[in-house]
Amino acid sequence: MIRDITIGQYYPANSIIHRLDPRVKIVCTLIYMISLFVINNVCGYALALLFLVFVIKASGVPFKFIVKGLKPIVVLLLITVLFNLFLTGTGTILFQAGFLKITDQGLRTAVFMAVRLVFLIMGASIMTFTTTPNALTDGIEKLLHPLNKIKVPVHEVAMMMSIALRFIPILLEETDKIMKAQIARGADFESGNIIQRAKSMIPILVPLFVSAFRRANDLALAMEARCYRGGEGRTKMKPLLYKNRDYMAYAGMILYTIAVVIVGRVLSFHVWIF
Amino acid sequence: MEMIRTENLVYEYEKHDDEGNVVGMQRAIDDVGLHIKPGQFIAILGHNGSGKSTLAKHMNAILVPTGGTMWVDGKDTKKEENLWDVRQSAGMVFQNPDNQIIATVVEEDVGFGPENLGVPTEEIWERVEESLKSVGMLEYRHRSPNKLSGGQKQRVAIAGVVAMHPKCIVLDEPTAMLDPNGRKDVLRTVHRLHEQEHVTVILITHYMEEVVDADHVIVMDHGKIVMQGTPREIFSKVETLKEYRLDVPQVTMLAHELKKRGLPIKDGILRREELVEELCRLN
Repeated sequence: MIRDITIGQYYPANSIIHRLDPRVKIVCTLIYMISLFVINNVCGYALALLFLVFVIKASGVPFKFIVKGLKPIVVLLLITVLFNLFLTGTGTILFQAGFLKITDQGLRTAVFMAVRLVFLIMGASIMTFTTTPNALTDGIEKLLHPLNKIKVPVHEVAMMMSIALRFIPILLEETDKIMKAQIARGADFESGNIIQRAKSMIPILVPLFVSAFRRANDLALAMEARCYRGGEGRTKMKPLLYKNRDYMAYAGMILYTIAVVIVGRVLSFHVWIF
Repeated sequence: MEMIRTENLVYEYEKHDDEGNVVGMQRAIDDVGLHIKPGQFIAILGHNGSGKSTLAKHMNAILVPTGGTMWVDGKDTKKEENLWDVRQSAGMVFQNPDNQIIATVVEEDVGFGPENLGVPTEEIWERVEESLKSVGMLEYRHRSPNKLSGGQKQRVAIAGVVAMHPKCIVLDEPTAMLDPNGRKDVLRTVHRLHEQEHVTVILITHYMEEVVDADHVIVMDHGKIVMQGTPREIFSKVETLKEYRLDVPQVTMLAHELKKRGLPIKDGILRREELVEELCRLN
C-alpha cells in the first residue's frame, strides 16, 4: 500500500508530451495552475477539463495512473470541501439542520475548490509522469539559471532534488521492510491513541534515518568516484534545445490562456448557482 | 608502465571509543606493495576487516595513503592535481547497487560519468550505447533502475563506469548483495569486459569461486598481503587459507580431503571437470 504514491514516478512512453522540452512542461503547468485559480465559472472549468483531457490523451498515460495520484490528497480534499460547505456564512440558505447550514455560496466555493484541487494534482502529475525527474531538474536548473548571477547554487539544488526523487521509492520500500520487521518482533502500530501511535513510530524512524544517512554517504562516494565535481565543466547528455513542437506547445498554451480570458469575460453565464 | 603500483602503502585512522575520544591508531593497510600490469585480471581476497575494501578505495583516490605512495597509471594519488585523472583511469563499482545509481532512467545513469568528464553530447550517446551493449543491458535503457533485479542494477553500474573509458575497473565486492543468478551474470560481464575490451580488472571479493579464473590472486589479512600467486597456487594451500578464515571452493575442498585420505590427486583443483578427470585417471 505504501508504494501506491505515484507522484515523482515516471511513466515511460514515447508520446508527444513526453518529448516536449521540460521547460515547456514546467511553464505550461504553472500557467495551467494559475488559470485554475483565476477561473470562477462553469464554462471556464469546462475549458480547463477539456484541456486536461486532451493533454492526458496525448500523453498516453493510462487514466487510472493519474487517478491513483489523487489518493494522498483525499483527506485534504474532504476537509477543504466540508469546511467550505458548512462554514461559509454568506448567501441564501439551501439546507439547514441544527447549527449546520449550507448556503449557495458555500456549495459553490466547495465544489470549485474540489475541482481546482483535483485538476491541480492531475495537471502536476501529468508533468511528473511524462518527464523524467532528471529532465525536470534540468528544466528547473535552466529556467532558474539567471539566479546563478546572484550566487544562488542552482545546479546544486537541482542535483539534490533529482537525487531526492530517485530515493523516494527506495526509502518507501525500506520503510515497508522495517515496519514488517518490527511487526514480526511484536511491535504494534495499529492500536492506542494518537500519541501512543506516534510513539510507536520511533522504532521505524530510527533505523530509517540511520539507513538514509548510510545511503547518502555511499551515494556521495559513488558520485565522486565517477568524477562528479559540481556543475562547472559538465556537459549534458540531453541538452535542452527548443524544437518546433516546443514552440507549438507554447502557442497552444497562449491560445488556452486567451480562451480562458475570453470565456471569463464573454461566456460568464451561470448554470444554477455555478 | 604498471597500471597500479604501490610502495610501502600504509593507511592509518584514529580509533574512537564510545564518547568519541581517540584511543589509538588502527592500521587498515600495513606496508602493501602492489604491481599490477595493464590487462591483468587481479582478484583480492580477504575476510571482513582484512583491509581489502580500504585498499580498493585507494585505487580511486577516495582515500589517500597516510604512508607510502600509490601510483595509478603513473600518477601519484596523493597529489591534488591528479585526482580527476586517477578517478577516470580507475573506475569503481561498489557493493550496494541501489546506492550508486544516481539517475532514474538507466541510460541517464550511464551518461552521468561522461557528463562529469565534459564529454560532448553526441559522444556521450555513443558511449552510453556501446557500454550498455557491452554489459548486455541495451534493451533496458529506458527502464527505471528501481524495477531491475540486483544483478541487472549492478551491470548498469558497471556500464556507468565503462562509459568513462577507464583503463582499469575496480570492483569492491560487487556480488555481495546479489542472488546466485545475479552473481553469475555480473561475473560473466566482468570477464567479458576483460577479454574483449582488455581493461584491467581488480575484483575484490570474499567468495572463493569468483577468483578461479583470475590471472593473479592476492590474499589479504589484517592489512597485509599474506599470499599471492595464480589461483592454482593459492588453492593448493588449503590449510593456510583456512588460517585466514577463508573457505576454498567445494571441489577443491573435496579434492583436498580425498588427498588427505591417501588418494594420489594433484593439488589445487579448481573445477569439477578437473576433479572428474583426475579421479578417472586413477583407475
